[in-house]
Amino acid sequence: MAAKEAREAVGEYKAGWHDPENATIRFDFGLSEQVVRDISALKNEPDWMTEIRVKAFHHFENRPMPTWGNMSMLEEIDFDSICYYLRSSDATEKDWEDVPENIRDTFDKLGIPEAEQKWLSGVTAQYESEAVYHSIREDLEQQGVIFLDMDSGLKEYPELVKKWFCSVVPYQDNKFSALNTAVWSGGSFIYVPKGVHVEMPVQAYFRINAKNMGQFERTLIIADEGSSIHYVEGCTAPTYSTDSLHSAVVELIALPGAHIRYSTVQNWSANVYNLVTKRGIAHENAKIEWVDGNIGSKLTMKYPAVILKGEGSHAEVISVAYSGKGQHQDAGAKIHHLASNTTSKILSKSISKDGGRGSYRGMVSVSPKAENCKLNVVCDALILDDGSRSDTYPTMEVANPSARCEHEASVSKVSDEQVFYLMSRGHSEEEALAMIVNGFFEPFTRELPMEYAVELNKLMALEMEGSIG
Amino acid sequence: MASDKPVLDISNLHAGIDDTPILRGIELEIPAGEIHAIMGRNGSGKTTTANIIMGHPDFEVTDGGVQLDGEDLLEMEPWERARAGVFLSFQYPQAVPGLQVGNFLRKSVAAIRGEDEAKGTEFRKKLKNAMTELDIDRSFLGRYVNDGFSGGEKKRFEILQLMLLQPKLAILDETDSGLDIDGIRTVAKGINAAVRGTDSGALIITHYSRILEHVQPDRVHVLIKGRIVKSGGPELALELEERGYEWLEEEANPPNGNMEG
Ligand SMILES: Nc1ncnc2c1ncn2[C@@H]1O[C@H](COP(=O)(O)OP(=O)(O)O)[C@@H](O)[C@H]1O
Ligand SMILES: [Mg+2]
Repeated sequence: MAAKEAREAVGEYKAGWHDPENATIRFDFGLSEQVVRDISALKNEPDWMTEIRVKAFHHFENRPMPTWGNMSMLEEIDFDSICYYLRSSDATEKDWEDVPENIRDTFDKLGIPEAEQKWLSGVTAQYESEAVYHSIREDLEQQGVIFLDMDSGLKEYPELVKKWFCSVVPYQDNKFSALNTAVWSGGSFIYVPKGVHVEMPVQAYFRINAKNMGQFERTLIIADEGSSIHYVEGCTAPTYSTDSLHSAVVELIALPGAHIRYSTVQNWSANVYNLVTKRGIAHENAKIEWVDGNIGSKLTMKYPAVILKGEGSHAEVISVAYSGKGQHQDAGAKIHHLASNTTSKILSKSISKDGGRGSYRGMVSVSPKAENCKLNVVCDALILDDGSRSDTYPTMEVANPSARCEHEASVSKVSDEQVFYLMSRGHSEEEALAMIVNGFFEPFTRELPMEYAVELNKLMALEMEGSIG
Repeated sequence: MASDKPVLDISNLHAGIDDTPILRGIELEIPAGEIHAIMGRNGSGKTTTANIIMGHPDFEVTDGGVQLDGEDLLEMEPWERARAGVFLSFQYPQAVPGLQVGNFLRKSVAAIRGEDEAKGTEFRKKLKNAMTELDIDRSFLGRYVNDGFSGGEKKRFEILQLMLLQPKLAILDETDSGLDIDGIRTVAKGINAAVRGTDSGALIITHYSRILEHVQPDRVHVLIKGRIVKSGGPELALELEERGYEWLEEEANPPNGNMEG
C-alpha cells in the first residue's frame, strides 16, 4: 500500500510524507445539514453561529459552481468523498512537548518550533481540522494582543467575533465562502489594540495529513486604530492519488491608521484543491498588504481583495504563482476604491512549466465618488517551455475621471542565451534556470521574512531539478 | 605549475549551425602565459569560435578538436568547461532581472573555484580590490545582473568576473566595443592583471587594434570566412588598421571558390 502510494506520488515534492492517521474524532465522508449541525454541536457553539452555518450550507447547496477559473477541474471535485471534520488531538497545547508525538514530529520536520524561537511573536499550528499548538509571546499578551485559534476566539470573545464574522466576506459571496462558513474549523482570531505594533510576525501553519480531507479554516484579523501586525502562513500536505480540498476564508479589518500585512506561501501537494476567499477592509489611512505565493496545489483559485473604504487608505497585492505539471494557478487580486485619495498597487508574477497553466485574474474599480485615486497594476508571466500556458484577465472599472491608472503586462520566455550565459559561469542548466526563476520572483521574495524567502528559493530550485530533457 | 601543453589547442575545427558551415578548419595554439588576438570583419566567425570553445548548444562541431591544457573540451557541458577553467567575456552579456550582482558573483566563484573561495574576508577583499581597479561603485553589487546596464558597465562587469574567476583561458569577445578610451584602459588593466605573469592564456577578439595598444598581444591572427588566413606579431594589428582586410581576402577565397561557403 505504501509502495503504491509512493509510486503515485508526483514529482519532487518534499513535504509529501504522511503520518498514520490517529483520529480521535472523524466524521463520515460527505456533507449534509446534520454534519454542519454536528460540527457546531461538537464545538458547543452559540446558536447564532449554528444558524449562520446552516444558512450558509443551504446557500452552498443551491449555489452553482463558478463559471470561470477552471470549470472542468472544479467539476471533478467530489464533495461526497471528502471528510469535513477530523480531529487528531483533543487539545490545543501551549507546549510542543504536549503535542502528540507524530504530529510534533511533522511540525519539527517542517521547521516550525525552530522558526518560532528565532523570529516569531506567536505560532498556531493546525493539523486537519483543529489547532494542535498555540502560543503567543507574553509581552504581547500583556499589551492586550489577542491571538487565538478561531474556535477559542469564539468561546472567549463571542461579542467581537459576532460583530466582525462575515462582515467582510459574507457567506453569500461565493460557493466556497458559503462552504467554509458552513463547516469552518480552526484558523486564527487576532485583535491588535489601538496603537500596538507587533514587531515580529505571527505565524500560522496548516497541515493536512489525512486522505480526502477537507480543511476549512477561518481567519479574522482586526487591527485597531494605529496598530500594526504581520501575519504569515504556510501550508503543506502529503501527496495522495486522491484529492483533498482546502477552502479557507480570511477577513481583515484595518481600522483607521492601522497596517496589516498578510503573507502566504502556499505549498499544498499537487492533489489539493485550494479555493480560498481573502478580503480586507481598509478604513481611513489604513494599509492592507497581501503578499501571496502560490507554489503548490492542483487548482488554486484565489484573488486576495481589499476594499478601500476610508479616505487615504492604501492596498497592495504582491503575488507569485508557479504552475508545474498538472497544476493550474488561477490567481490575482481585487481592489475597490470606494473613497478619495486611495492608492493601490498590484504586482503579479507567474511562471508556468511542464504544461502548467497560470492565469492572472484581476479586478480594480474606482467608484464615482472617489476622487484622486491612484492605481498601478503590473503582471508579468514567464513561460519555461512550449506546452505551458499563461493568460491574463484584467478588468478595470473606473467611474471617476480623476483616477490615475497604470497597467503593464508582459509575457516572456527564458532565452537560451540567458541560460548559456549563466552556464558559462559554472552553473548547471538546472541551477541556471533556478537563478532566472528566483530572479523573476525576487520582487516578491524580498517582501517576505528572510527565512521564508530562503525557503521559497530552495523550493523553486527543487522545482527546476530533473526538468531538463 | 607550468605544463608543456598549450593552454588552448584548436586543430582543424569545422563547425556550423543547421548544416551551414561557419568555421572551416581553424588551427590555433595559445601557450601558457600568452595573449593572442583574433581580428576579422563582422561575420567572419569570431563569436562563433568563442561560443564553440565555451560550448554553446546551438553549434555543431563537424570535425577537429579543442583542448584546454590537453583536456578535450568538446566532450564537456558548458558549466564543466567553466569549472575546468574557460572564461568567456560575452560580446552581448545577458540580463538576469532579479539576480543580484553580489549574489551572482559569490555563487559563480563558489561553482568554479569552490565554496571556500567564495566566503569570508578574503573573498570580500578580492572583490573590493577588483572593483576599485575597474572603477566600479559598491552600489553595483545590489543591482541585477546586466539589467539596465550601460554598454560600458556590462563590459566592466565581464572583466570583474574575469578577475574573480581567475580562469586558465580567458576569451574576450569585443570587450573594447562600446567603450571610450578610459574604459578601454580600465578593462585592459583588468585583463593584464588576470593574465600577465600567470600560466593562463587569453584570446582577445576584436576588429579594432585600439585595445591591443593596451594589452600587448604575443600573436595576432586574422580570421576570414571561418579560417585563419594569416598570423603574425603585434605589428600585424597595425598593418590591418592601415590596409584593411581586402588584401587578405584572396587567400580566403581561391579564384574558383564558393563565396558563400
Ligand atoms: N546562431 C546563429 N544562427 C545562424 N547563423 C549564425 C549564428 N551565429 C552566427 N551565425 C553566422 O555565422 C557567421 C559568423 O558569425 P559570428 O561568429 O557572429 O561573426 P563575428 O563574431 O566575427 O562577427 C555569420 O554569417 C553569422 O550570420
Ligand atoms: Mg562577434
